[in-house]
Amino acid sequence: MLKILKYSFFDLMRSRWSYVYFAFYLLLGIVLLFLNNDLSKAVITLMNIIIVLVPLIGTIFGVMYYYNSKEFTELLLAQPLKRSSIFLGQYLGVSISLSMSLVLGLGIPFALYGLFNSSAIWDFSLLIITGGFLTFIFTALAFNIALSNENKIKGFGYAILVWLLLAIIYDGVFLMSLILFEDYPLDKLSLVGTMLNPIDLSRTLILLKLDISALLGYTGAVFKQFFGTSFGLIVSFSMLIIWVSLPVMRIVYKSKRKDF
Amino acid sequence: MVTIENLHKKFGKNIVLNGVDLSIKEGGIFAVLGPNGSGKTTLIKSVLGMVIPDKGTISVLQKNIKNSSAYRHKIDYLPQIANFPGNLKVKELITMIKDLRGKTTNDDALISLFKLDKFLDKKLGNLSGGTKQKVNLVLTFMFDSPLIILDEPTSGLDPISLIHLKDLIQAEKAKGKTILITSHIMSFVEEISDEIVFLLEGKIYFKGTIEQLKTMTNQSDFERAIATILTDNHA
Repeated sequence: MLKILKYSFFDLMRSRWSYVYFAFYLLLGIVLLFLNNDLSKAVITLMNIIIVLVPLIGTIFGVMYYYNSKEFTELLLAQPLKRSSIFLGQYLGVSISLSMSLVLGLGIPFALYGLFNSSAIWDFSLLIITGGFLTFIFTALAFNIALSNENKIKGFGYAILVWLLLAIIYDGVFLMSLILFEDYPLDKLSLVGTMLNPIDLSRTLILLKLDISALLGYTGAVFKQFFGTSFGLIVSFSMLIIWVSLPVMRIVYKSKRKDF
Repeated sequence: MVTIENLHKKFGKNIVLNGVDLSIKEGGIFAVLGPNGSGKTTLIKSVLGMVIPDKGTISVLQKNIKNSSAYRHKIDYLPQIANFPGNLKVKELITMIKDLRGKTTNDDALISLFKLDKFLDKKLGNLSGGTKQKVNLVLTFMFDSPLIILDEPTSGLDPISLIHLKDLIQAEKAKGKTILITSHIMSFVEEISDEIVFLLEGKIYFKGTIEQLKTMTNQSDFERAIATILTDNHA
């Protein structure tokens, strides 16, 4: 698997898109720091962008890489390699190179600005870690979709739909259900609802870390009580890990049964 | 060498293989023939484990291949259409496959045999069909495996390379290897193969030597013998 990982990783590192992605984050980091002139504020703005953009890039990149490397995959399938190592190697190659672009692209400008001497370092680390998780989650979802759809257009369509669902529609439905059932105690329900969507979970984690939960009112207090404790943090990270492992397990399952 | 028992495979509603029983003994050149869509490539890909059969068992070197990948160390496979990652250089591809499969020293001799030296630094996406097929041949023949599977090896080759290919195949046969070929070029098959397997509608229609086929169909010419089978079965 490590050999496949190596080849996928270097293949991506040589492609133009990794640099575009890296350059984008570099520019974003510099511009935000320049405009905000403050590390903590830049982190908040960054969060809003990362929470939506990282899943989108992970999804698109994952689907694109899978379809583009079809020939490479077929070549590998005839070699004495396990199917699981071929696909996991490719998946890890994509996710790691995307995460690297994210970490380096944002890390460099923030480090130069004096991140390591500031109190914002923990907020920033949490942001980067959740960003990494989101990359791994959405690349895995994209690989799942691509494995199940021979038709590229369909695959792209479903991938975008999944992103739209989790990034935007889920929130809308969630909010509407809160308004609809506002007569009932909803703190437990909204907690569970937040845990089930990796994007919402990441957002809540960062918001609470940034200590602006007062803005969230009563629910915010309930959230703070849960996510603020180490128990809440462990549960949330376990949830993110589950969100990575389930799609990865399906990649292994699906790839073993597919005809090429 | 290869034993196939009651192999079934369908893609959607399309039944491609419908109970194939085939046993191929060690040593010699076997040609798998059949009209378009008769399941030749599916059969070969099943042996390679790229297509998962619905039913039936396949053994290579007396071992069931189900859920196994190590047995592919014993197989050299030439895919039908040379689809390589376009942004890799020829040299890089050869190095990569060597890295994945193990060391070999045959590659330099094969590269000079097919005069590929000047293409080594070119990207695979920029090569012509025939040149890609030569790279394909180098990748296949550079390892020393007891079973060689060639899917349409002649496609796109110029006459000189075709002669080289025939020599290569004969040389491998002389080493006692088993070679499985599919081809639509009947003269090539007639010249090179020891035994033929004829697939029709997902079943083995005929297995034996070319002489036996000619007697069975009452034709003196191999190409006409094949044509007779096809017209008799579609009339």
